[in-house]
Amino acid sequence: MAMDLITTNTSSGAASSSFTSSIDSTYKLYIFKFYDVNPATDAASFTFQVNATDDPGGDYDVSLITSTYFDIYHSEADGTPALEYRTAHDLAQAASFQPLTISLGNGADESAAGELHLFNPSSTTYVKHFYGATHYYQGADTAYSAYVGGYINDTTAIDDIQFKMASGNFDGTIKMYGVG
Amino acid sequence: MSLLPYASLAHRRKSFRVTGDVVLLSTQTASDSASLDFTSGITSTYGEYIFKFYNINPATDEAEFTFNGSVDGGSNYNVTKTSTFFQASHKEDDANTEFTYETGEDHAQATGFQTLARNLGSAADESGAGELHLFNPASTTYVKHFYGRAVDCGGGVPRIWDNFSAGYFNITSAINAAQFKMSSGNFDGTIKMWGVK
Repeated sequence: MAMDLITTNTSSGAASSSFTSSIDSTYKLYIFKFYDVNPATDAASFTFQVNATDDPGGDYDVSLITSTYFDIYHSEADGTPALEYRTAHDLAQAASFQPLTISLGNGADESAAGELHLFNPSSTTYVKHFYGATHYYQGADTAYSAYVGGYINDTTAIDDIQFKMASGNFDGTIKMYGVG
Repeated sequence: MSLLPYASLAHRRKSFRVTGDVVLLSTQTASDSASLDFTSGITSTYGEYIFKFYNINPATDEAEFTFNGSVDGGSNYNVTKTSTFFQASHKEDDANTEFTYETGEDHAQATGFQTLARNLGSAADESGAGELHLFNPASTTYVKHFYGRAVDCGGGVPRIWDNFSAGYFNITSAINAAQFKMSSGNFDGTIKMWGVK
């Protein structure tokens, strides 16, 4: 299985990081790996949304997503850890951005890292599945792991994706890979 | 003679396609070993390192497979970390299932080894397998995130364990070595380290 680096976006005080080319039928799986994601606004969520080919250059506000979101956390102070489903961070036929984290810390050494898999975005037959795992330093000095899964409920091909914070700008590196 | 350069080029191209931008950096094989140490190759060259391990078979039944990082090239494996650990399990006799957080396998600003897989069986056909992702270990700005997933055939009552570990090394010094070992006793197995461009 080959995994080819296609694009690297490095953000510094950026409002968003978009991938607007090379998402096509060349690969059946696109993997986005991100690290050193550090927001300007404390406790903001790191999120993503897509554009379909029938909304070229769109505002990432049309594609409907149905998803799940759960996380697990443990504080540096050894507070009670927990594994929780987050109803406020899943989506049900909503066109809003899908959170990959909650409350990411903005301290100088605080960040998020993880990956998002987007399956066969060029399909014109099926909905488009995705899943992601993100590991981050939450603003209250806690280790969080967040797991999202879902589908973009659209049979139109997806060719753009955008990552941004729910509030404010961010630093970070996001790489897009094609697989198989 | 004239075909040799073309054959070599074709071979290189084939190799590139096979590996893509995930590069195998090191393979280590344990045979009744106390640990496997990766003390070179963890640098700023790659933003992510993936360790894949398989055929992990401990000498001691129901021991944990663990790892730690080092900031001094492997002289000490004792980096402060905060982490989580949860698991699912299912017995061969279908007696019960579990889906639980394991407070005994996480860390809160502790320097001990992080469990990747619990309760590995030591019988001849029992083993564990999985992977560990370590992000940007060379950063001198941010903490270093990691996560692992491993499955193993448990000792005692035969069962599958599906183990999820994650956390961060709470240090802004670069991590430049990693060690894998059992919580008790030696082990057999193979661990491969990959760099992701």
